[in-house]
Amino acid sequence: MIPWFTDPQHWNGSDAIGLLIGQHLIYSAAALAIALLIGFPIGLYVGHTRRGVVIVAGTANALRSLPSLGLIVMLVILFGPVFKSDLAYLVPCLIVLVLLAVPPIMTNTYAGIAAVDPASVDAARGMGYSPLGVLLHVELPCALPLIFSGIRSAALQVISTATIAAYVSLGGLGRLIIDGLAQRDYYEMVAGAILVGLLTLAVDLAIALASRLALSRGLVR
Amino acid sequence: MNFDWLAGEVDDIGNFFAWHVALSVIPVLVALVLAVPIGWLVKQSGFLRPALLGTVGLLYTIPSLALFVLLPLVLGTQILDPLNVVVALTVYTLALLVRTVCDGLEAVSSDVLQAANAMGYRRIARFFRVELPLAVPVIGAGLRVAVVSNVSIVSIAALIGTPQLGSLFTEGLELHFLTPIFTGIILCVALAVLLDSLVLIITRQLTGWQPRT
Repeated sequence: MIPWFTDPQHWNGSDAIGLLIGQHLIYSAAALAIALLIGFPIGLYVGHTRRGVVIVAGTANALRSLPSLGLIVMLVILFGPVFKSDLAYLVPCLIVLVLLAVPPIMTNTYAGIAAVDPASVDAARGMGYSPLGVLLHVELPCALPLIFSGIRSAALQVISTATIAAYVSLGGLGRLIIDGLAQRDYYEMVAGAILVGLLTLAVDLAIALASRLALSRGLVR
Repeated sequence: MNFDWLAGEVDDIGNFFAWHVALSVIPVLVALVLAVPIGWLVKQSGFLRPALLGTVGLLYTIPSLALFVLLPLVLGTQILDPLNVVVALTVYTLALLVRTVCDGLEAVSSDVLQAANAMGYRRIARFFRVELPLAVPVIGAGLRVAVVSNVSIVSIAALIGTPQLGSLFTEGLELHFLTPIFTGIILCVALAVLLDSLVLIITRQLTGWQPRT
């Protein structure tokens, strides 16, 4: 296995390890950012007003049961004639990654806000906070641990699925696994698997660290 | 939808469906049997508990395609062996259930445990006749998440050639043909809903003491 990693051929050119990691991270980050833009406000709204809880929970469950590989393949065929060049597989892959990332962000934001101690919310109201002030200064900081755990599951899910998307020619570390399989090069597949595993681990640690830094000191004990 | 194609492929699709059921359900059963003693041990482990649950949780973060590729190295199997898929899903389900079992056992109130002690239950009898039954609602909720996500993960195994409903997706892409893809998605969702309801019904049967809402 070690010779594979020390071979300079695998560090240069169009499928250099660094380039694949970069692609993997960019696609995942883009999907996660779009999912945050969609899921976070909805979660805040539902958590604060308690309206639409059933719809949010139902949508999240329904999305979880959809097979991601099937969705990717379906959208690639549907969008194939619509887009030219790389967009024909980029857009479908991003849509599926966003679809996977929205439910954990949305439900955890909602659950985090809903779980805030009502006494704290009442106290803030008594102190004269407006509804928006209560949301931004009391509910949101208290809900951050759960929100971060939602972002974490979303990120891991997205990185894992971006690997699969290599099957429809998306760039990233999945390339090594899919191309390795096609060329019956088991070493290349294992290298891809190890690198994807390490990447998830690194992202997991980074999010844990960010969550620790973002938490209000009053909430950490 | 091209129904003529469907009619011709009915036998294959039935075969894929049966494989998909086996590959999703067997790991859940194996993981459940393993998760109960492991969850109990983790609960007893005191200050080691967060570290142990963290380690188990890490298993869940390994991307599925990576795990399918790496397991042959560990198990000494061929890459196409369905055993890889079964073991990979058992690992995921176990990672999910150990925490659930641990949480469920911890949610049993100490009053109940004291009452059971006073009634003369010994440790093992108390575990199987008081603690475990009371943990069933929490374990059931974890099982529902596990079966639904397993159905989706199994379909990914089509990329390494294990036959199941996911094979309809790879076939659809090769032929550039939507019918097998729609069929696969519909059957996957139907199977997920079916297994989810089954777990829900079994959980209800085992918890007759719980008030119905």
